[in-house]
Amino acid sequence: MAVHTSQSVVKAAGGNTARGRSRGTGTPPPAPGRIRRGLSTHWYAWTMVAPVVVVIGVIIGYPLVRGIYLSMTDATERNVARTIGVNEMPATYKFVGADNYIEALTGSQFLGTLGWTLVWTVSCVSITFALGMGLANILNRRIAGRSAYRMALILPWAIPGFVSVFAWRFLYNEERGLLNSLLGGVGVDGIPWLNDPTWAKFAVIAVNVWLGVPFMMVALLGGLQSIPSEQYEAAEMDGATAWQRFRHITLPGLRPVSTTVILLSTIWTFNMFPVIFLLTRGGPGEATQILVTQAYKFSFEINPRDFAQSSTWGVLILVLLMLFAVIYRRVLRTQGENW
Amino acid sequence: MRRGITATALVAALALAATACGSDGKSDGGSSSGELSGTVTWWDTSSVGSEDKVFKKLAAGFEKKHPKVKVKYVSVPFGDAQNKFKNAAQAGSSAPDVIRSEVAWTPDFASLGYLAPLDGTAALKNQDDFLPQAVASTKYEDKTFAVPQVIDSMGIFYNKKLMEKAGVEPPTNLDELKSSAKKIKDKTGKTGLYLRGDDPYFFLSFLYGEGGDLVDAKTKTVTVDRPEGVKAFKAVKDLVDDGTAKTDASDGWENMMQAFKNGDVAMMINGPWAVADTLTGKEFTDKDNLGIATVPAGSAAHGAPQGGHNLAVYAGSKNLEASYAFVEYMTSVESQATTAGELNLLPTRTSAYAKKEAVNSEIVGFFKPVVETAVERPWIPEGGSLFAPLGIEYTKVLTGQTTPEKAAKATGDAYRKLLDGWK
Repeated sequence: MAVHTSQSVVKAAGGNTARGRSRGTGTPPPAPGRIRRGLSTHWYAWTMVAPVVVVIGVIIGYPLVRGIYLSMTDATERNVARTIGVNEMPATYKFVGADNYIEALTGSQFLGTLGWTLVWTVSCVSITFALGMGLANILNRRIAGRSAYRMALILPWAIPGFVSVFAWRFLYNEERGLLNSLLGGVGVDGIPWLNDPTWAKFAVIAVNVWLGVPFMMVALLGGLQSIPSEQYEAAEMDGATAWQRFRHITLPGLRPVSTTVILLSTIWTFNMFPVIFLLTRGGPGEATQILVTQAYKFSFEINPRDFAQSSTWGVLILVLLMLFAVIYRRVLRTQGENW
Repeated sequence: MRRGITATALVAALALAATACGSDGKSDGGSSSGELSGTVTWWDTSSVGSEDKVFKKLAAGFEKKHPKVKVKYVSVPFGDAQNKFKNAAQAGSSAPDVIRSEVAWTPDFASLGYLAPLDGTAALKNQDDFLPQAVASTKYEDKTFAVPQVIDSMGIFYNKKLMEKAGVEPPTNLDELKSSAKKIKDKTGKTGLYLRGDDPYFFLSFLYGEGGDLVDAKTKTVTVDRPEGVKAFKAVKDLVDDGTAKTDASDGWENMMQAFKNGDVAMMINGPWAVADTLTGKEFTDKDNLGIATVPAGSAAHGAPQGGHNLAVYAGSKNLEASYAFVEYMTSVESQATTAGELNLLPTRTSAYAKKEAVNSEIVGFFKPVVETAVERPWIPEGGSLFAPLGIEYTKVLTGQTTPEKAAKATGDAYRKLLDGWK
C-alpha cells in the first residue's frame, strides 16, 4: 500500500512540473504552477522534509539500486574491488544480464526453499491468527484477573527476540534441554527437536507462533472492543446462538483489523530472519532454510561470498512480496471490502 | 515540526558516526623512534574457560616487554571466527590486527588480499626451526602469510574407568568400536561414542580411514564422490543407526564436551585443543582417567587429519610493526613451551619439543607421532570452502535426509562448481 501511494505522488508531481515548464516557454508570464505555489507557501515544510528524503534515498534507494545491479553481474568476494592496506585489487566482475535469475528460477534450490518458505509462512500466520483470535475473545470477557492474564500474554513481545530464541534453543536441546527432561519424567523418549528435519520444522514454527501471538492478540482485542455491544444484544434478543454471533457479528466486525494484521504478519513471517537463523541456522542440513536466511548465507557465510546470487534472491523476495500485497488487495477489493 | 527535528537529529547523528569512523586511525606503530607503540587487537579462537587464560597471560607478557604497546585481547568463538574476519576484512573496518587463523583459512584469506606478507619482517625468525608440515599452510604463491602457532591432529579420547567397567580396550578399528560400544551399553548403560554431526571436520578421519580424500590437488581432481567417499558416509551412518554413537546437528561441540566430561559417553574423537577443557570435567578430576589412542581405522588406514592454527596479520592493520613483533613473540620457542606445558598443545618449532615442558607432557608425546603421520590437506585457497557443502551433506546423511551415495555425489558436484576447471 505504501509503495502504491508514494508512486502516485511522484508521478503527479512529475506531471505538474512538465506542464509548468512547457507553459513557461510562452510569451505571457505564466501563472505560478502548483509546485511553485506549493513551494512558496510551504517552503518551510519542504526544507524540513528534505533531510528525510535524502536519508531515505541514501539508506534505502542506493542499496536497492546497487542490489539490483549486482544481481545482474557475477560478483563474488574474489572479484569485487577492495583496498586493504597496501593490497589494492580492482573489480573484475562482469555483467551477465538475467543469467542469475534464470539460474535461480530453473534450478531446484530456489524453488525448493520457496516451497518451505510458503509452508512456513502459511502455517505460522494461520496458527498465530487462530490462537490470537481465541485469546482475544477470552480476554474480551469480564473475567477475574484479566489485566494479569493480558500482561502475561504480552510478555513474549516485550522480551528481545534473540533472547527468546536462545531460551528456546536451550529448551529444545536434545541431551540437556528442559523439554526432553520433562518427557523423560513421564517415561517418553527424548525428541530430537532440532536434529530431525520434521521436528526442526515443527520447532521453528512453534517458536515463531509463540513470538507472534501477542501482536495478533492485542490487535484483535482492539478490534473486538470497537464492535458495538448493541449488535450482540440485538442478536441475543433474536435468539442467535454463540456461534452465530461469532460468525455474523464478530468476524465481519474484525474484518478491517484482521485483513491488515494478516498482511503485516505474512510479510514479517516470510522474512523472519532471527528465528530460523538463531534456532537452527537453517539446519539440519538445509531443512529449515527460508529465502532470507539462504540469501544471507550466500552473502556472509559461504566461501567465497556470492554477492550476485544473494542479491538475486533478495530482489526475487522483494518482487514476491510486492506481488503478494497487490494480489491480496485486489482480492479484498473484489470482495467489496474497502480498507 | 517534530518530524523535521527528528530528521535533522538523525542526519547529525549519521554525520557524527561517519566522522567517528573516519578518524578511527590510531597511532601508526611508531617504529621510527625504535620503540614499538600502539594497540594490537588480537582475535583469539581458543576455547574459553581453559585455553584462553594461558593465551591472555602470554599476551600480557608481550605488553611487559613492550610497555608502549597495548594488546587488545578479543575472544572470538572458533566457529564464527572465519566468517567474522572475512566480513570485517571485506568491509575494511573493525578487523583485528592479528588473527589466529585455522590452517585451512590461511591460504583463503591470503588469496583474497586480506593478509600482510610476512617475508622479511620481524614476524619470521628462525624459519628453519619450524616443522615443514606446519609451514605448508602458511604459503601462498611463494610468499609467507602466517606463522604457525600450534599443530594438531585427532585421536580417540576415552574414559578409562568406564572402559574398564565394560571390560574393553580402546578400539583400533570400526568393528572393534562397534562391539566395544555394545559391551559398554550392556555393562554401564552409557553410549559408546559421541560423534559430532554438525562439523564435517570430524568426518575426515572416517574418510581418510576408508582411503578416500576430498580432492586431489596434484591432478586437480575431485575425489570425494569416489566409492571410498560413499563408504565413509556409510560408516558414520552405521555408527549412529546401530546406537554405537550419539550425535547432534545443532549444538555438537557443547553437547559432546558435556556428555564426555560427565561420563555419559565413553569415547569421543577429538584433538589436543580439547584436552584442557576435558580435564575441567567431573569425570576427570583425576587426570589419569583420560586415555587417548589413535583414531579407529577404517577399512584402509588410520586416518587422522592434520590441523592447527597460524597467526596472521591483517593487511589493513594500522600497527603493522607492533603486530609483526606480537606474532613473533606468540610463536617463539618460550611461548610454545608454555602452551605445551600448561595446555598440552603441540609446538610448531622443533626446538620447542626439546623444552622440558613439552617433554613432560604425555599428551604432547602421544600426539607428536600422530601429527607426523597425519594426512595433510590440500593447501589451496578453496581449502576452507570445501567444508560448507560437505557439512550440509554430512548432516543430511546422519539425520536420514539423504543416502550416502547421493551425499557423496552432491558434495562432489558442489566442489566442481567451486573449483573452476577441476575434474
